[in-house]
Amino acid sequence: MSDRDGSLQLTGTMSGDTGGMGKAGIAAVAAGLLVMLGAACGGGISPMLFMLAGPGLIVAGALAYILPHHLRRSASAQNNGVMFSGATTRGAIAWGLGVAITGFYVLLYWWPQTLAGLIRMFDPLSMRLRGIPADHWFMYGAFYTLAVLVMGARALLKYRHNRYQIIRTLSVIFFQLVFAFLIPATLQLFKQPEFYFTYFWPLKPYYLFPDGVKSLEMAGGLGPFMIRWAVMMTFVATPVLTYFFGKRWYCSWVCGCGGLAETAGDPYRQLASTSLRSWKIERWMIYSVLLFITITTALLWINSAAQGALLGGASRGFADVYGFLIGGIFSGVVGVGFYPIMGARVWCRFGCPMAAVLGIIQKYYSRFRITTNGGQCISCGNCSTYCEMGIDVRWYAQRGENIIRASCVGCGVCANVCPRGVLSLENGPMEGRYNGAQFVGTAEVIIPALNGEPERTRQLRYID
Amino acid sequence: MPTVSASITDFDIMDHVVIIGNGVAGITAARHIRKLSDRPITVISAETDHFFSRTALMYIYMGQLTYEGTKPYEDDFWPKNRIALVRGRVERLETERRRLTLGDGSEIEYGSLIIATGSRPNMFGWPGETLEGVQGLYSIQDLESMERWTAGITRAVVVGGGLIGIEMAEMLYARGIGVTFLVRERNYWDTILPPEESLMVERHIRSHGIDLRTATELREILSDAEGRARAVVTTRGEEIPCGFVGLTVGVSPNIGVVSGSAVECNRGVLVDEYFRTSIPGVYAIGDCAEFRDPRADHPAIEQLWYTAKMHGETVARTICGIPARYARGVWFNSAKFFDIEYQTYGYVWSRLRETEETLYWEHPDGRKAIRINYSKMDGRLLGMNLLGIRYRQDVCRKWVEEGADIGTVLGNLSEANFDPEFHRRYEAEVVRLYNERNPGGAVVVKRKGMLARFFS
Repeated sequence: MSDRDGSLQLTGTMSGDTGGMGKAGIAAVAAGLLVMLGAACGGGISPMLFMLAGPGLIVAGALAYILPHHLRRSASAQNNGVMFSGATTRGAIAWGLGVAITGFYVLLYWWPQTLAGLIRMFDPLSMRLRGIPADHWFMYGAFYTLAVLVMGARALLKYRHNRYQIIRTLSVIFFQLVFAFLIPATLQLFKQPEFYFTYFWPLKPYYLFPDGVKSLEMAGGLGPFMIRWAVMMTFVATPVLTYFFGKRWYCSWVCGCGGLAETAGDPYRQLASTSLRSWKIERWMIYSVLLFITITTALLWINSAAQGALLGGASRGFADVYGFLIGGIFSGVVGVGFYPIMGARVWCRFGCPMAAVLGIIQKYYSRFRITTNGGQCISCGNCSTYCEMGIDVRWYAQRGENIIRASCVGCGVCANVCPRGVLSLENGPMEGRYNGAQFVGTAEVIIPALNGEPERTRQLRYID
Repeated sequence: MPTVSASITDFDIMDHVVIIGNGVAGITAARHIRKLSDRPITVISAETDHFFSRTALMYIYMGQLTYEGTKPYEDDFWPKNRIALVRGRVERLETERRRLTLGDGSEIEYGSLIIATGSRPNMFGWPGETLEGVQGLYSIQDLESMERWTAGITRAVVVGGGLIGIEMAEMLYARGIGVTFLVRERNYWDTILPPEESLMVERHIRSHGIDLRTATELREILSDAEGRARAVVTTRGEEIPCGFVGLTVGVSPNIGVVSGSAVECNRGVLVDEYFRTSIPGVYAIGDCAEFRDPRADHPAIEQLWYTAKMHGETVARTICGIPARYARGVWFNSAKFFDIEYQTYGYVWSRLRETEETLYWEHPDGRKAIRINYSKMDGRLLGMNLLGIRYRQDVCRKWVEEGADIGTVLGNLSEANFDPEFHRRYEAEVVRLYNERNPGGAVVVKRKGMLARFFS
């Protein structure tokens, strides 16, 4: 349709251009990047100054740039221009950003020493929180949390008209900041094992690997409690909570991967493919990963029970392969690096074994569904376009069917962007949830006298 | 170039169903004929290769959706379902030979023909209505032309205060183009909306900086030296400079395809309740069809998305040998005025009838309202209007259909609420308002316990 070339635009030529505040914001981001460059090259000035000036300028600048943009737009105008901007439609900026983030992950995972200058920048923060100097994982955690905070502020503004979105966004910010950053750091300060209470097997498989359990056992202190927590969350909390709320209690409210996707990844939701082909690939991949991690875990325990006699080092090798392929390349490099190209839920949709487990429960044994409001759907496609999981929501909505898909994370954005208020996330009785409102109205259809039979009347249900 | 995605050969020509128009009516008919039979189906469109959602045109212009995103089905859906798609304009219809001739001279023979050609924007012969930069908004070509004529302009005028008018105003507003909105009525859409709702929408339109002028009509459009619109003159004699004029004064059935044929027309193609026209084997559905004998309080021409779907599904049955008479059922509709969603169920007339009583509640923020109309005589629910609040169609339809008593409706009003979780609910306030006015017959709302609510 549109022949505009928006590949270098950040916001599209919609009402109101980047104002003075936005320009100052971009300038501050640039200055912050320069400071970080200095830090990375081993600038030699105090790390504290670098930390405040580098990330500080970037955060302040990003907020100054992003917030007015969303603040001056009303609820239904928030996605105006998304399809005109190269940044959000795989334009030059998007590819550049994708390569930069992917590259950062490659360095982080395999050549962290190249980031030494940046890591030193976080020493003051790490010393204060953990009592030890920063390492590359601490630096990563700090950046990650900052991204969730800044882009979380953006999401709060963008969705300020929708209380479900506000509360959900506050939830992911809280769980990232407190449970995935401050608590693990504090645990280290008190010489306890570094433990993430919001990650469970199979997303964090190590917690239920023999080695993981053993190391928690040996650590003493809170270690035994952590083992019980890990077992309880995987085997009790996961099925029970998913029965009541669907997988959203985790994927779009608690999980850190989800937290980043819902905040930093929000500008990219329209990039998830809704094609039938991608759905097929998704099913093959995600259940293969689940199978892989389940077999790995089983092998490790069998081997451990047999004191290594059975498999020797083979099962350990299985676990290492999983760690490299799935934990490293998939969840990190591809999962986040490809945000600007494939959308923010690549890992959650194609790879996460936790999502696979939750999805199976959601599909077959849960009270959660997205209800379609009768025959009001006008097939516009906003729901499908902005579904970060690539679910073709419209396919169901336009035939008046409820939407119950294993991959749905319950973010609620389909309901938010629908211009006719057709969709609503609900928990209710399992009975009848698959065919909640299967008509676009009812009409009395009269079957006329035919072949000697008298005229009959019958309710015709318009299905789609 | 015609796009044929499935070859049509080797069949009895009398089985061949040809549908003119790939909008929602025609496509729904095609899909349901395929569900019910193996008959060869051909859909002809002059507009696009594939079915897209016309209602989403505005979102393409505003940059929320791509054209691809407005297609409800993937492109290979059609060959998979053996529905042949032909791109072309029908130039001639010969009903006695059951034959169509397309613009490129090719001919298509049919056994059954469904005319589903939709609407076209009304023009009332205003001076200057054919100038460049003056147009309606209905087709994808209209959108392309709007894209072209609004590029780089700073002011536009939209004429006509219906649903397309306000959509066009929102589109232009989204592009940072100043809009003057001329509305003939005393208040916006007050032929449909009761005064309170109409005024609320008016306030909301103005809050976006739209220059809304009610009780004002278009007198003429002025041209610049190049034959392009440069200003409009209103019936009040004001001249308003602008680079673009949107004419959104309703649509009429697009029946050019049957002109010169034997098919009988009035404003639309005349049909009975089976969508049969005056010629055997020829049917008409959707916006272009006009009922010969519409039921009481039913419009003769239904121009809605959902009615088009119902028409398509009904005619598919008739064509496949299970004749079905169309009866729409309880009226409903929904729209959106900038940020305010609107839903209506049953009948809420713009002016209250003598036999009707109304209960109108409005939120102090002036952006949410609930109206419930019921019969003075027996308290039977007649209809509801919702602004800024979503209600459940299923529940409202059932109440209207059964003629539920106002007491029952109010006592169970929270069941009808469809707003997202954690949103504030206003049903209690509506009931309080009713009870204040009817101290004798106060409604008591039974509350469910916490646990019961959790498990229900």
